[in-house]
Amino acid sequence: MIKLQNVCRTFIVGDQKVDALRDINLSFGAGEYISVMGPSGSGKSTLLNLLGLLDRPSSGFYLLDGGSVIELDDEQQARVRREKIGFVFQSFHLVPRLTAAQNVELPMILAGIPAEERKARVQVLMQNYGLADRTDHKPDQLSGGQRQRVAIARATVMNPTVLLADEPTGNLDRATGWEVLKLLEGLRERGITLVVVTHDAEIGARSQRQIHMLDGRIVSDERSKV
Amino acid sequence: MKLIDTLQFASGSLRGSPTRTLLMMLAMSIGVAAVVVLTALGEGARRYVVNQFSSLGTNLVIVLPGRTETAGIGPGLLVGQIPREISLDDAQAILRSTAVKRIAPLTVGAATISHDALNREVVVLGSTADLLEVRHMAMALGRFLPAGDLHDTTSVCVLGEKIRHELFGNARAVGQWVRLGDRRFRVIGVLASQGESMGMRTDELVIIPVASAHQLFNTSGLFRVLVEARSRDSIGQAQHEAEQILFARHNGEKDVTVITQDAVLATFDRILTALTMAVGGIAAISLAVAGVLIMNVMLIAVAQRVKEIGLLKALGAPAGQIRKLFFAEAVLLSGIGSVAGLALGYAGSAIIGQMYPSLPVSPPWWAVLAATATALGTGVLFSVWPARRAARLDPVAALAGR
Repeated sequence: MIKLQNVCRTFIVGDQKVDALRDINLSFGAGEYISVMGPSGSGKSTLLNLLGLLDRPSSGFYLLDGGSVIELDDEQQARVRREKIGFVFQSFHLVPRLTAAQNVELPMILAGIPAEERKARVQVLMQNYGLADRTDHKPDQLSGGQRQRVAIARATVMNPTVLLADEPTGNLDRATGWEVLKLLEGLRERGITLVVVTHDAEIGARSQRQIHMLDGRIVSDERSKV
Repeated sequence: MKLIDTLQFASGSLRGSPTRTLLMMLAMSIGVAAVVVLTALGEGARRYVVNQFSSLGTNLVIVLPGRTETAGIGPGLLVGQIPREISLDDAQAILRSTAVKRIAPLTVGAATISHDALNREVVVLGSTADLLEVRHMAMALGRFLPAGDLHDTTSVCVLGEKIRHELFGNARAVGQWVRLGDRRFRVIGVLASQGESMGMRTDELVIIPVASAHQLFNTSGLFRVLVEARSRDSIGQAQHEAEQILFARHNGEKDVTVITQDAVLATFDRILTALTMAVGGIAAISLAVAGVLIMNVMLIAVAQRVKEIGLLKALGAPAGQIRKLFFAEAVLLSGIGSVAGLALGYAGSAIIGQMYPSLPVSPPWWAVLAATATALGTGVLFSVWPARRAARLDPVAALAGR
């Protein structure tokens, strides 16, 4: 499903070479739940950006749904992001001037889906995520948990293959964080591969597979039996 | 992404910062309005002059003494030198041309007109009966100069409306005697009030037979001969034949100038059109300034919306789409700005038209078109750079707000 082979990512900072990722080999199956853990600077965000095609590896291969996606041009990569990848961010990244429903609609607008279909899909999703009475609220009128649920709705509205979440509970209190996490975990039933980057060992422990990173290397890749 | 969605998204982000959007539209619309109003003024001035020339008469060829080499107005016309005069017989001879319908010789002088105890200085025009037709004048009372031989020195005069009023007030003027210089003239008619025409107020004129004027001023030459051609097509022929006739009568010496009204008109037309375009061009500079303003604000917008751009990229918008969104914003901005500017400009022109009713103020179509095109053009042109900058943003850095 997803396969990284000998992936390296090197940044040039000033006149110094920084290896953010060193020789990463990974493969994820459909519906897998993976948490990526490690201290800051260990390369977990870079890994997530690479998986989300927001960044290109310096060397190595990346196969998504059986096809290599590194050689694709900007237009084609954007299409892959649109159709196969969903993002959930720590700081939600909702467009402040758009309502909750419009934020959820955004990926479908970019994909050129007709307005009627968009409306229908948004409605179903808002209903499912308990946001039915919040459709016309602007992000600043929503609580943190509601905002993240809108963001998850937006990330899943295109039925992606993989959902990438970067510290999805980082800006939320504990109770709300658990709720959001449950929502994310529920997505696996739809066959979505879930990759969560987190600091929190307690959150990491919930996943079947835990990857620990340090200095751009994978130091452990454990599967727990749930 | 569909076009309609692109436009909706762009207008949404414009509405997102209403003050900035309104200010940019204001700048754009002031630029467009300036072009519209200024060219409307220039065009108004041009049409005013053209109208004045047309009211001078139609199909006119003007014969003046002296020779100038230019097609338009020579210095001779402006200072009125008379190297060799044109006599009444010369004027009469022009009628031999088949292209000439009628002529009106003109002699001009100043004299004191008096009636009872009232007197004032007036411009006296010596001419013939045909002047009425040639110059498109109309009578208010009585009749114009009697037709007859050019050399008849009848003591009759026709007064301008203002002169009549000043000398006679509400009393009957036609049939009364007035004194002009050292001669007495009987008033046979009063001109209808026409206002000003080419700097000559017919309201303050006194017209007497040309031969009488020659006696009064003790001259024998003519100031001008107005020649009316039979039709528009025969103007050239009339000009040529009038020249030939006069050269022949002056022993082949080319000492008269024959100009056509069209040539003078064309000169004025060219000058004033150039002026209008120059003024419009100056106004268009403000449009370029508005364009720079739009670029500046768009760059700020890109900087402020870095996270949003990053998000759009993460959600699957290719660079081209981001460019299109910013383009759409610029086009909407300058489009709505120009429409507002056109409305403002037309309103301004209408107000000026109300204030100066004699000036036919109306913006020329080419200026309206050029202003709108320039506004849209600068809007799009100056958004290229901001749009490219937005499209090139690195999504990872953009999402982090860097």
